[in-house]
Amino acid sequence: MSTATATLRTNAAGIRRLLPNWAWGLIFIGLAILYPYILDQLLAAPDDLLDASIQTLGFMIMALGLNIVVGFAGLLDLGYVAFYAIGAFVIGWLGSQQFPDVAGGKGIHILTRAKSAFGSDVPGIHINFFIVIFIAAGFTAIWGVILGAPTLRLRGDYLAIVTLAFGEIVPRVFENSTSGIFGIGHTDFSNGRQGITPIDKINLPWTTETLRYPLELKPVYYVGLFMVLLVIFFNIRLRDSRLGRAWIAVREDEVAAASMGVNLVRTKLWAYAIGAALGGFAGAFLGTYNNTVNVDQFEFGFSVFILCMVIIGGMGNIWGVMLGAVVLSLLNRYLLKELNGIPDKIGLDFDVTSINFGIFGFFLLVMMVLRPEGLLPSSRRKLELHGEVDETDHIGAESDHELYEVRQS
Amino acid sequence: MTEQSTQPHDAALDGGGGALLEASHISKIFGGLVAVNDVTFRVPEKAIVSLIGPNGAGKTTFFNCLTGLYRPTTGRVVFDGQDITAKRADLVTRAGIARTFQNIKLFRTMTSIENVQVGMHSQLRSRVTGMVIRTPFVRREEKASYERARELLRFVGLKRHNELAMNLPYGDQRRLEIARALASDPRLLLLDEPTAGMNPQESEELRRLMDTLRTERGISVLLIEHDMKVVMNVSDHITVLDHGEKIAEGPPAEVRANPRVIEAYLGSQA
Repeated sequence: MSTATATLRTNAAGIRRLLPNWAWGLIFIGLAILYPYILDQLLAAPDDLLDASIQTLGFMIMALGLNIVVGFAGLLDLGYVAFYAIGAFVIGWLGSQQFPDVAGGKGIHILTRAKSAFGSDVPGIHINFFIVIFIAAGFTAIWGVILGAPTLRLRGDYLAIVTLAFGEIVPRVFENSTSGIFGIGHTDFSNGRQGITPIDKINLPWTTETLRYPLELKPVYYVGLFMVLLVIFFNIRLRDSRLGRAWIAVREDEVAAASMGVNLVRTKLWAYAIGAALGGFAGAFLGTYNNTVNVDQFEFGFSVFILCMVIIGGMGNIWGVMLGAVVLSLLNRYLLKELNGIPDKIGLDFDVTSINFGIFGFFLLVMMVLRPEGLLPSSRRKLELHGEVDETDHIGAESDHELYEVRQS
Repeated sequence: MTEQSTQPHDAALDGGGGALLEASHISKIFGGLVAVNDVTFRVPEKAIVSLIGPNGAGKTTFFNCLTGLYRPTTGRVVFDGQDITAKRADLVTRAGIARTFQNIKLFRTMTSIENVQVGMHSQLRSRVTGMVIRTPFVRREEKASYERARELLRFVGLKRHNELAMNLPYGDQRRLEIARALASDPRLLLLDEPTAGMNPQESEELRRLMDTLRTERGISVLLIEHDMKVVMNVSDHITVLDHGEKIAEGPPAEVRANPRVIEAYLGSQA
């Protein structure tokens, strides 16, 4: 068994080395672009899977964001759903008829259609989606800092508890903001439990024609893919930077990091801010894709769902986390449906979807026993657990000599 | 000596030219325990100064008071004319004091190079937007920091540059800690028991390294050490702590002959 996995691992590494990293990147991007057409060829009714894939793209962005907080900086955040909520509400406010009275009922329109099909004014704020996602990211980043600041002195379990509470508080605040927010003003910010709906469809900035999802899913898939690629790029750049190193240093040893000149407060707040920003970024996308922003979407279970993606995929590894997002969201969508027949057959009467978090908990447990480093562990954790050493540095004329000297000491 | 001084300033220490670090009347009290009691201490420019004493004498606590990990209960620390009393650890490092730890505190899952690059953190100027766009400035800075990290690793004699810190042998981990501390370009290097667990040959290499640091780079070294051979050979000046109090100081020969020091180490003999 172990030799089999070892061979598999060497084979995988060998295949990986056939092409340089950028070539693999291009291949994956190419596949991702062709994916909807591949589905067309393979499936009679591809829309269901494509819909699941689009949701997955949104979850991927969130998992990548949470990975910065949990995987890189080592801050256990159990309230990530708060940032999904904030991002979704930003598009709810800036892309719907939630505020019908602005500009005297005429509405505010930026790069969106100002007149309805019948020629009348469209009330409310309507800002182009591609502007809103960045506003949402910025706004959530600010909230990431505000909610992160009080937790800076906490570690481990205590941090988890406080973030969990924030994850509960934020949706409650929105739910109760039907007459002003934080008790200020009388504007309705959320429609309470009904939520904000409909949300503006995405329209490309150079046209007022909107994308026609859910009838036609390919264009919106490409919008999601574009956002994911942007986020991956962003994550890779940060990981390989001074800030990325500081995050890992803080995770490894706060005292040593501070003594090396790392400003702990600033480093952690950057992690919170960027992690939150990505949550808001994806939240705005899912808000318009689902056509509704409703507090029922923002449950504690969702935070755990995203956290499971990070852990099962491989904490700290960008590709692992993305794989985790794919695996979990597809399991959530399809496996549970399949399992639903089982209780009936054995004479029990309950709905499997109602215990989906029990099932995820079980997966997590199995994972922790069989493969604690995740499906695709980061190179750091792999080295940590398997002692594989990158010897490229030693290759050269003096390599033997160097190794010999090291052994002497 | 035992009298608690509330006066934060000692006129006698002021104006003593050439002092890089001046710590006056430092006390640290944990609840009822007086870990460091009214210690006044100075490190001249380009000097190697040792702090010795039996286990539990308060040496590491004193170190932590100097480097911002503890806030001293009383007293004042002036480094290079700048008051750094109770400043945050990262600001102390920025001011020019770097340190190593008695129980090695490396970033275990980072490579040697990355460890040293973290040590350079306060020297680097990249901003977040620059990191994302990877401006030419950031690119240059990253490359320069990489090269400098390699150079520092060579300087301390560490050969395995891409090995994870946790997989390095003990002696190399000690070396890596020194390289990481040097990366912040300090003027004062605090070494907390650097030769612990080293063999005599490695201790000797370390002694030479400290000499080089002083003569070639003009760095002062403050050393906590149990290995008396190293201490007596390398130090210009020795301070002895016992039960949190300074019981002796002076040049090595003098300290070695001091009856209070002998008593502290060997116990009083009738």
